[in-house]
Amino acid sequence: MPIHLALAQIHTRLGDVQANLEKHLDLVKQARKAGADLLLFPELSLTGYVLQDLVPAVACRPRPGDPLFAPLLEASRDLDLVVGFVEEDVRNRFYIASAYLSQGKVIHVHRKVYLPTYGLFDEGRFFAPGEAVRAFDTRFGRAGMLICEDFWHASPPYLLWMDGADLLLFSSASPGRGISAEPKLASSAWVEHTNRAYAGLFTTFVAHANRTGFEDGLNYWGGSTIFDPNGDLLVQAPYFEESLTVTPLDLNQLHRTRARLPLLRDERPELVQRELERILAHA
Amino acid sequence: MRDLAINTDLVVTILTGFIKTEITRAGFTRAVVNLSGGLDSTVACMLAAEALGPDNILALRLPYRTSSADSLEHAQMVIDQTRIRSLTIAITEMVDPLIAREPEMSSIRKGNLMARGRMIVAYDQSEAFGGLVVGTSNKTEILLGYSTLYGDSACALNPIGDLYKTQVRQLARAIGVPEAIIAKPPSADLWAGQSDEGELGFTYDEVDKLLFLLVDQRYSPLECVEAGFAADFVDRVVARVRRNHFKRVLPPIAKLSNRTVGYDFLYLRDWGT
Repeated sequence: MPIHLALAQIHTRLGDVQANLEKHLDLVKQARKAGADLLLFPELSLTGYVLQDLVPAVACRPRPGDPLFAPLLEASRDLDLVVGFVEEDVRNRFYIASAYLSQGKVIHVHRKVYLPTYGLFDEGRFFAPGEAVRAFDTRFGRAGMLICEDFWHASPPYLLWMDGADLLLFSSASPGRGISAEPKLASSAWVEHTNRAYAGLFTTFVAHANRTGFEDGLNYWGGSTIFDPNGDLLVQAPYFEESLTVTPLDLNQLHRTRARLPLLRDERPELVQRELERILAHA
Repeated sequence: MRDLAINTDLVVTILTGFIKTEITRAGFTRAVVNLSGGLDSTVACMLAAEALGPDNILALRLPYRTSSADSLEHAQMVIDQTRIRSLTIAITEMVDPLIAREPEMSSIRKGNLMARGRMIVAYDQSEAFGGLVVGTSNKTEILLGYSTLYGDSACALNPIGDLYKTQVRQLARAIGVPEAIIAKPPSADLWAGQSDEGELGFTYDEVDKLLFLLVDQRYSPLECVEAGFAADFVDRVVARVRRNHFKRVLPPIAKLSNRTVGYDFLYLRDWGT
């Protein structure tokens, strides 16, 4: 039996959590009707991206009593959800976070580890960085979540691979940039390139939900994708337009690909560890 | 290949999406454009018409008595071709009394008066028509500061401000701007015979290639010289970009409190929408 993975490629309203929540619940209904088992939303899908001084005003805690999470947890009884939000911890630090919700429970929260603070990005000014990259068990197998800049670095996907994730769930609010004669923006081409590479290098599924719409002059390019363990593209949502795509994933592809190409079997993390210890000792 | 070539389909998709989204979420459905009959305002106007529908665009033709007949005629070609709404309001009567006070007034001052007179009309029509003013400044002139502050640079949003002049020309060809407008020498048309390239002292083709290296590719001035640009040309352009930076930023507010607009009171304009 394949699982049906849905990508919700949406615009958000900047700082209007209630409006974004309603949109999420509406997409849950649509995805359920389309037979989805798991629905993946983009980075900061409940808040919008360039929050700046709105960060403390939209922050929440992912637990049953939270007014934002209560209806989402209820919705997760029908299908599993990955949502993007601002998390405030008990010491009042703010994180860009993604939560995996299933059967009314928060299964895992990932806090964005790499906060881009260069070029047009200013995340380090407003957010604390996450301190962990962990895979987790779902009813479809072991998965891992990363948020945008996390997978511009090669190590977080590698760590998830070593931690047992066969389903990498990536989310972004990726501002489109880099115009040339090519039919794709440089940012789109790069993200597609690297996601395909992770799928092929790690022989895993890589799903990426990116947002659309504008915030002031920034465009978000959409183009959400799923690559299979061969690095083949299974689906791509349209560029720049909102969409909901539901794609069947045959999880047995892991078996077939790894029978052909045993990169996971042959990987030597203890060698990586040894060499990293040596390198860091001399740093 | 890193050069000034652009994929015009992709640019049109992004820019029409930008115009439609940003005007709609500000609570409007319409736009006002000062249509000079030149390349930049024609492209901005046609993108706005594509984004919002021609009925929602008001093109303003705002001639001064010395404006060239070609400018008016070229603007009319665009209005006829796109079927947008239009108004023609001469600014002569608004501007001339100030000019008459000082017979020795420099052409720079006169040009500034005209540009600011046009801004006044655009913002007045913005209120009357219920549309936001769409800007028409390109990246070259923004970087060089080749504009009148609170004049032609004034707008509510600018779709073409990240395109160099030569890129605007590529876009113009792709979206069907009349050839007469593409072919004529760029001019602010503030006095007879004025041309941008004559006034600047270099061509857009040259300066766009240099700015592309300096700004987009982060070349140092020395690396630009090594790449084949004349040292005095590089120096002149670098100085001009720096000297005119004040035109690209909001006026600094003297900080006194713990929270000051512009420094640590940070929200996008799209806040809450």
